[in-house]
Amino acid sequence: MSTESIDADRTVDSRGATCPGPMMDLVGAIRDAEVGDVIELLSDAEQSTTDIPAWADESGNEVLAIDDAGDHYQIYVRKT
Amino acid sequence: MTHRIAIIGGGTGGVVLANNLAERLAPEIDAGEVAVSLFNDGEDHIYKPVWLYVAFGQREPADGRRPLAELVDDRVDLRIERVDDIDTEEKTLSAGGGTVGYDSLVIATGSQMDTESIDGLDEGGYHFYGESASTELRDELLSFTEGHLVLSVIGNPHMCPVAPLEFVMMADDWFRSRGLREDIDITYTYPIMRTHGNEHIAEWARPRLAERDIAVETMFNAEAIDPSDGMLTSMEGTELDYDLLVTIPPHTGSDLITQAGLGETGWVDVDSHTLEATEFDDVYAIGDAAAIGVPKAGSAAHYQANVVAKRLTSTVRDQQPTATYDGKTLCFVETGMDEATYVSFDYNNDPSPGRPSRTLHWSKLAYNESYWLTARGLL
Repeated sequence: MSTESIDADRTVDSRGATCPGPMMDLVGAIRDAEVGDVIELLSDAEQSTTDIPAWADESGNEVLAIDDAGDHYQIYVRKT
Repeated sequence: MTHRIAIIGGGTGGVVLANNLAERLAPEIDAGEVAVSLFNDGEDHIYKPVWLYVAFGQREPADGRRPLAELVDDRVDLRIERVDDIDTEEKTLSAGGGTVGYDSLVIATGSQMDTESIDGLDEGGYHFYGESASTELRDELLSFTEGHLVLSVIGNPHMCPVAPLEFVMMADDWFRSRGLREDIDITYTYPIMRTHGNEHIAEWARPRLAERDIAVETMFNAEAIDPSDGMLTSMEGTELDYDLLVTIPPHTGSDLITQAGLGETGWVDVDSHTLEATEFDDVYAIGDAAAIGVPKAGSAAHYQANVVAKRLTSTVRDQQPTATYDGKTLCFVETGMDEATYVSFDYNNDPSPGRPSRTLHWSKLAYNESYWLTARGLL
């Protein structure tokens, strides 16, 4: 899915945070979100690109896209 | 013209900074060229690491509490007032019903518990992040003779990142020494796919938890607690029955930070080396209040306070500040009731826990006693 077509309900900016900061920020956002909401996570920790899909798989949420924006990643997750 | 330095928060960071500045800038303060004010909303300074020991009946809450007036240098204007607002444009604070101007501001407002964000947490879970909380947990532990004890790390970041591991290892030892361990199961849950946020500490902890027969549930983010059924449910769909639930609750920063617009979740974004706020002039944040990804630990606040004291001293003397924080953190890690190890790390060096020993345990207990010298700026 092209990230340009994804309309996030909330953006969580975790740039600068070390692991597990970005994932915990995402978990908190998903916890507060409604089912169907899309969270955009901004992270410059490469580990997020593997940790987030692993957690989404475990928790039943859906990673819509991971976009490499150069100096950070944009990770889109839908609460299911 | 007097350079006014205001410090908000009388915890480890704020007190060490105030005393450090009082010593470094004594000539300027005595000459009326610098004024250092420390604002705190209570009369006492609290040494929070004592609470873990309170839970196991090793200390009393009073052991971690002393009047700020006894700890803070007389050159510091100690103001027992709650700061209600900060205006970084006008460089003023609202406190005690009045407005106070500052030239340099240091925010050291620490962390607070958020036990309402998880259903059932207030009613169903105990914790050790407070005086009454740790005594309530102590009373519960003393009457707990059989069943399932679950330690669930719910909030992250949280104060003292090794405390959850310390708690389960101390509990294991404590119950064994009382002849109860065979009747008590212990489970440790952590939100990510390993046993600790730091992978080196996680690698060290995993086999130690296993050899003590402490069950581990990783990738476990608590979603709801049902106190009536003794059930803890995770966002990942795991259900855990418990008889005694001890949690690391979600933490937030100070409401003051949020209300003043300095940070959405109560933490202030600062440069990880200079500790200067990235979006506000002449504002620093140290300790838990600083959003820089280092552990929310007293040692980090202590080292950061020393850096900011040097930078502010340079500033008031019209010199270029050069002191920077390197991420240094040092934590003792209790691995039972009579042994401990420690971790020391910074931005460039990873922690490497050593072999636990009684010597290190007694070193930790000795430091608990000598901490008051740290607070006074002497150690």
